[in-house]
Order: sequence, then C-alpha cells, then structure tokens
Amino acid sequence: MNARITAASFWSRILEYAERRLPALTRLKRPETLPILLDRRRIYVVPTRFGLLYSGILATMLLGALNYNNNPALLLTCLLGAASYQSVFQAFRMLNGLELHALRAEPCHAGDPLLANLHFRSHGRRRHSLRLQTSNQEAVFDLADDGAVSMAFSAPQRGWQKLPRLRLSSEYPFGLFHVWSWLNPEFAALVYPRLEVNAPPLPHTGSETAARTTRMSGDELASLREYRPDDPQRNIAWKASARHDRLMVKEFELRRGHEIVLDYAALHGLDHEARISRLARWVGVAEIAQRPYALHLPERRLGPALGTEHRHACLRELALLPGAAP
Amino acid sequence: MKADKPLSSLQFGLAAASVSAAVLPHLLRMPWLFAAPIAGILAGRWLQRTRGGTRIPTWLKLPLIAIFPILIIFHFGTILGRAPGSALACAMLALKLVETESRRDARAAVCFSSFVLMSALLLDSGLGFTLLLLTALSVFLAALRELESEQAHSRPWPTALREDLRGGVVALGAAVPLALCVFVFFPRLGSPLWGTPGDFSARTGLGDSMAPGTIQDLLVDDTPAFRVAFDAAPPALTDMYWRGPVLWQFDGTTWSRPEFFASSSRSGDVQAVGEPVGYEITLEPSQRHWLLALDVPLSAPDGAVRGADMSMVSRKPIDSLLVYHLTSAPHYVLEQKLSAEHRRLALQLPADFNPRSRELAQHWRAQLHDDAAVIGAALDLFHNEFTYTLDAPLLARDTVDDFLFGEKKGFCEHFASAFTFLMRAAGIPTRVVTGYQGGYLIRAGHYWLVRQSDAHAWTEVWLDGRGWVRVDPTAAVAPQRVQLGARAAAGDSVRWFQSDWLLATRNRFDFVNRFWNSAVVQFNVLRQQGLLTPFGVEKAEYSHLMAVLIAVSTLLLGLFAWMVLRAPRAHPDTLDAAYAGLRRKLTRAGMPPQDTEGPITLTARAGMLWPQHRDVSLLLADYARLRYAFAVPPAGQVQAFARTVAALRLPAIEPDALSSAT
Repeated sequence: MNARITAASFWSRILEYAERRLPALTRLKRPETLPILLDRRRIYVVPTRFGLLYSGILATMLLGALNYNNNPALLLTCLLGAASYQSVFQAFRMLNGLELHALRAEPCHAGDPLLANLHFRSHGRRRHSLRLQTSNQEAVFDLADDGAVSMAFSAPQRGWQKLPRLRLSSEYPFGLFHVWSWLNPEFAALVYPRLEVNAPPLPHTGSETAARTTRMSGDELASLREYRPDDPQRNIAWKASARHDRLMVKEFELRRGHEIVLDYAALHGLDHEARISRLARWVGVAEIAQRPYALHLPERRLGPALGTEHRHACLRELALLPGAAP
Repeated sequence: MKADKPLSSLQFGLAAASVSAAVLPHLLRMPWLFAAPIAGILAGRWLQRTRGGTRIPTWLKLPLIAIFPILIIFHFGTILGRAPGSALACAMLALKLVETESRRDARAAVCFSSFVLMSALLLDSGLGFTLLLLTALSVFLAALRELESEQAHSRPWPTALREDLRGGVVALGAAVPLALCVFVFFPRLGSPLWGTPGDFSARTGLGDSMAPGTIQDLLVDDTPAFRVAFDAAPPALTDMYWRGPVLWQFDGTTWSRPEFFASSSRSGDVQAVGEPVGYEITLEPSQRHWLLALDVPLSAPDGAVRGADMSMVSRKPIDSLLVYHLTSAPHYVLEQKLSAEHRRLALQLPADFNPRSRELAQHWRAQLHDDAAVIGAALDLFHNEFTYTLDAPLLARDTVDDFLFGEKKGFCEHFASAFTFLMRAAGIPTRVVTGYQGGYLIRAGHYWLVRQSDAHAWTEVWLDGRGWVRVDPTAAVAPQRVQLGARAAAGDSVRWFQSDWLLATRNRFDFVNRFWNSAVVQFNVLRQQGLLTPFGVEKAEYSHLMAVLIAVSTLLLGLFAWMVLRAPRAHPDTLDAAYAGLRRKLTRAGMPPQDTEGPITLTARAGMLWPQHRDVSLLLADYARLRYAFAVPPAGQVQAFARTVAALRLPAIEPDALSSAT
C-alpha cells in the first residue's frame, strides 16, 4: 500500500518535472477558450506496439534481403517500409487542423451522466477513426465534415462542473503510429441536484402562504407579455397580438390558495443536501402535476409560477446553493 | 480494449487474402504433402468464417500446430533449409489465420505475411514475379487500413474494399521515391552474414552428365539460359554452338565427364582460323559450375578455368547472374596432336553393351577404309531411316541397339549418343559435347536470347591432321534444328504454351527482363561503389553511401512533411466572409461602417440612407440572426446569405443624403 502511494507520488513528480521542462504540456494543462485549433505545436506522435513489432519484421526482412544479396526482395522491403512509415504523415493529418469550436451540455441531475456535445470543424478533410478519451471512457468516431460527437461524463455533484481533460487520438491509417493531442476546453456545465428517491408527496398548502398571497384573485387577467415557446396556446391573446404585431400572452393571476410552497426551512430533521435533493424532486413532481409552486430558500424566494422556465430557475438556485448547512 | 472487438467479414477477408497471397508463391514449389493441407486449411477456414462460424476450438488447433513440424521433420529429415523452412512458415501462417479472431491477431498475421512474401523472392527474382508480389503489398496495406477502420461494421463492404485498396495503392505509389532512394543507397553486404544464397534455389540447366531424359526436361523449359551481346557482327546461326560440358565416359546408359578434368587446368591447343568473335554473356544463375561459350573459346574469364576439352568451369557455383566477356573462334583447329590419354578416353566403351551396334560399326570399318567414309555412312543411316521427335520412347537396356535397330526416332541426345558409340566402335576417337545451339535475336536490345529449350548435344570426332571436328548427327536427321532452331525441329510435339505467337510475344518483351536483370538484380557492391563516380567519388565507401542515403531521404521526407504540415489554411467562416463583403460594399457605396457598429446599428443607418432599398437592412438583420441565433448556423442559409451579398448592387449615395444621415 505504502509502496503504491510512493510510486504514485514519484510518478506525479516526474509529470510535474516534465511539464516544467515542456512548456507545451503545461500550457495545455490549463483550460483554453474555444475554439481550439490543433496544429503541429500540440500534436504528438509515437509508434504503437504494433508499429514496433512491424519495424522488427521489416528489419528482419531487410537483413535477409541484404544477406542473400537479393535485390528484388530488398526492393519489396524498401517499398513496404517506405509506404508504412510515410503513413505517419497521414496519421498526423487526421488531427492537424482539426478544430473544436463549440461545446454544449444538456442539463442533468447529479448522479446521471452529463451528456456533452463537442462540435468539431474538420476544415474540409475527412478525419478517420478519431478516438476521444477521458480517464475512464472513450468515444470513437469519424468526421466526414463538420460534426459533433457526444460524450457522457459522470456528474457526481450539483453545481458547476468542469469537463476533464480530453485526449484526442488517431492511429489511422495502418495502426502503426499513435497521434494524439490534449483538449482542455474552458467549459463548465451546470449539474442540478440529485433527485431524492422515494420522496414523500408534495406538502399541503400552508395557511401562512395563503394569507401572503395578496394579488388579484380568480382567473382575472394580470398582464400581457411576449410569447415564449413554452406557453400554452390557449393563453395567447389573439386580439392583442394582432394589435402589437407579435404574439402576446395573457398572464393570469394564480388562484389563491392553490399554489404549493416548497420551503427549505420547513423541512425539519434532514441535512442540507437531503433537503435540496427533496426540493429538487418536488419541483419535478409539481411540474408533472401542473400545480403552481413557489420555492423558498434561505436567501431567495422564487414564484409561485409554473412552466419550464420556472422549473429551470428553481433547479438552478438549488444547484448553486452553497454547500455547507446554514 | 480495441483488440477485443470481433472482426468484420471484410476485415477477416482482407487478412485472409494477405495470408493467401503470401503463401501461394511457396505452395507452387512445395511437395503436395504440404501444399494440399495448407491450401485446405486456408480454404476451410475461409469457408467456415463466411458461413458464420467464429472461434475454432483449441482441441482442434493444438494437434494441427503440433502435426506440421513433425511431418516436416519426417519428410525432409530437418527443419532447417529452404524447403522445410518455407513449408513450416506457410503452415504456421495458415494456422495463424485459423486462430485469428481479433484485430491484434489479424495485424500479426498480415505482418508475418509480408515476411513470408518477401522470402518467396529468394526463390525467384524474375521481373514478372516481383511485380506480382509488389502488387500484393497493396492488399496488405488495404488489410491494415481496414483493421484500423472504426466503421468496419457499418459501411457496405464493396465501398469499404474499394476505398481500402485505393488507399493501399496510393500509399505504395507515394512510397516509390523514398523506396528507390533507400534501395539504391543502402549499403550492400560484401559477403553474406550466414548461409549461401544457393540453398534457396534448385539447380537448372545442363548437368555434367547425360542420361536418357536429362535434355528432354530442358527442351520443354522456356526460361532464359543466357543472353549474348556480340561486339560486332554475329556468326551464322548454324555456327552458334554454345559449348558446355564435354562428356567422355560411357557406362551403357549415362555419358559423363571424368572427374580429373574438373581439376586439370592444362589448356588444349587451339588455333583460330579467320577472325575471332568477341561477345558478352549474361548467364542466368544455375547453381552449377558450367560456363557457356561460343565454340571454341580462346580464353577463360576471371574466376573460371578452361579445361583441356575446351569446356569452362567456374570456381564458385553460379548463384546469381554472371556477366563475362569472351573471345571465340567459330572456325578453328583443335588439338592437332591427340595425346595418348585422350585417345584412350575417346575410344572407351563398356564391354557388354549394344552388340549389334558394335557389329555394324566393325562391318563399316572393314568395308570402308577411310574415317570420313565411316562418318558418312553413319550420317546417311540417320538421314535415311530416322525421325526427329521430342516424344521419344523409353529405350531398353542396350540403349544404342534399341535406338538404332528398334525405335529409330529420338532427338539430339539419342543421335549424339548412338553416333559416338558407333564411331568409337569403329575406332574413331569421338566425344559428346553438350550445350546450347542457336538463339533468338532480340532486335529491341541488340542481343541474342538463348533459352533452356535450346539445349543440344552434338559430337566431336578426331581426324588425323584436322584435330577435333564437330559433327552434329541431329543435323543429318533434322537440318532445321540447326538452321532454324529447336522449335522448328520439334514439329507437332510442341506444348500449347510454346505456341508461336506466345513465344514471339515473350521474345519481344525479353529486353524488359534483360533491363530488370542488369538494373536491379545485378546491382551489387561493385556497382554501388561506382554510383558516385559522376560526383567525383571514385569508390563510394560505406560512409559516403550512408551520408547520401540520409541526405536524400531527409530531403524526400522533408518535402513530404512540408506538403503535409503546411499550417492548416485558415478557413474563414463563410458567414463572416460574406459579412465582410457586405461591409466593403457599404464602404464603396459611401457608408463606411465604423468599428463600433454592429449589424443592428448598421441596419438603422442603412434604413435611413436607402429607404427604397430594403435589401440592405434585411441582409444585416439576416446576418445578426444567423450569427447569434444558432450554435452552428445552417449551411444552406449561410450559402444563400453569401449569394445574396454577392449579387447585391448598391447605388452610390448622394452627398446630401449622406450628410443628413450622419
């Protein structure tokens, strides 16, 4: 056990040393802003294991041909050797000029895989057998033209999550050379809190919340606002829209007493993360039940409201709550 | 990780094709005992894989792996050497294919295939064969390419195969300059590190004895024996007797050369009559010691000895192309005084063979008192009663009796043998000379090609006062053999592959082979040392060659690198390029956009300046939308935007409008 730790620290010391000596490595360790263009300063080449075996065979062939002074055999060996070693250029071209120009990630909950789409620009060259690796997973793809590859990362914790450093490599065309480069894009994806499993049902409407709602009652029109893609069609104010030359939506005041209050402070007997986890679950449940809800957090209050936007706003607040219990 | 993926059928197919391509040239030279099972294993495995079967169980593999070395040792007695080595390599390669189920296996199989393929060239280094094997390399490269493909299971196989093969051919083509550079400048070994090249190929050509059937094998062999370039005018075709081994001893079936002639360097005495002929011979490797020369050579080349019987023996077996220059006298007087020893040898006959022939010869001797008359009688007999054919039947124990009084048909071997027997029985010193007769003029290269099928046997009789005189009994039967060549005499007994048009075509292209021989096959240490003579280096040393090799290949690789590594051309974004064009047009029209102005602010200004021209505002709004509303703007809309910008014609703004706008 001890020996392993020593070996690991020794290895990391070597890495540190190497990165001090090789500025390119150090530079690439730091996250970079997009777009990232791969060029010869940051593409590395080594022979693969098969490449080494192949070289051994070629050397044997060369020696045999020379020994028997057999020129046709020597010619064959030279041709095969030249063709295979020149493939290093072709391999290099698989990465050279490749550009990572955009990155998107779908929101996800902690514990679920974080799906990130990496958009590459191939600049008019076909890229074969590209391999994108992190420490524990890989994606293999071809790029005929500009294209995207999606990769799942693990997202264990809520909050902003940085992507790990990615290793992009190719052994095309003959598998003799391994050409690789590091991609370390400056990018963080928001990870929503973990959803509580087997959470209790939504809390009943508390009386104090009802009293606090002082807006106009009933289905009465509260205001008009511009249309957003999520709005239900029945809420569109067609006449007003015709007047304003764009789609307007009626905003109704919520019925008194019907909204749910998801209150952080009301959850007694749970620790900080468990409360966040339950609130996140309830936000989802309330959305499915189409019941307007308000979220009360120690520092902020949201809602009451309903809809995708509200849901994302709530989850975002929950995701970014400071870690320690107040 | 990657190695564990199962092979697609195309990947397996290409690996199998590589293995087959490597094994095939060896199979053709292997005993059937090995060739048949190896071919069977390859075909069986391929069938099994295409039928959907996958892994071969170990209990089947292990005995197969064990049985081949045992068979080889049992059959050849050893595992070392050419034939057993090639059988073992092929068997192991075929078995490798049997267990190939992963990419790693397939790669290893392709890798070893290239070694086996290369070793096939040690057996035969002809031009056609080499070209064939070079094309096989593209299959290897295609296989490696397909093994690296990530879409092996999704692409349709004909497309994939075509792409792979094209990739292989292109890679080979691009490799030619570097390959030639390495080939020319890589220092050759002056002497081999191990073994001798000879243990790789079988002996061909004339032997040092003549038993019934030995020449018959040669007469159907169309491979070149040697090529001759004459310094000046060539002698007449009927004088083109290429002297090889001279045979003196007869044991009833076989004519052979006495052992001591090989070591005796006592030169026979020869006087040229008329102008001697100079020529250069390029002798194909035969693994034997004989050198051929136009009858009769006046001297021996370096490294060879001319015996008392005017046949020449090289000190080393001829294991690679040999070039030598000689002078010969087509007309000559040879050994005017016959030594007693030679006379004894030239009259020797086995005691209890061919009694009827002896009787006939003695009958002639008694009737005719002149040697020339006896010779004439024998030739008349051949001319009147005998036919020339390559389909000669097998002869009985008394070969000469059976031939003279029974079958009465045969070819040069029979005539020479019977004639010599008759002459010796009649007391005339006679010997058999083997070699080649005739040749084919290759006009394109101004040289003569002599094939193995031109092999011939004739006789020399010793006449008092005239020395050894050439008598060709075959010419008495079939004069066209000497006047027109072996093929004209053979008549109907020609194999299909020796048909006229085919042979004519092959003769026509023989100069390509000759070029291959002189430029590639014979390129050796000496020629390499002379490479740099034009640059003032008389004898290129190892270090010179290495320096040139490194310099030229660095240059070539640098050129390649430059072509590949040129900084990736900055591909400007089409959308931004079109927008820049739009801004240029605005500038030209009199409304130069400021650096601080974005598309939206420009829209407002343009709307005031060209109230009648809504295009500009629309385009600017389009740009804003395309640029900021999408992660990646749809290519079609970007193209349309660029086209509209290109087509836009903006009228110049009047100065007053400009002043009011700004």
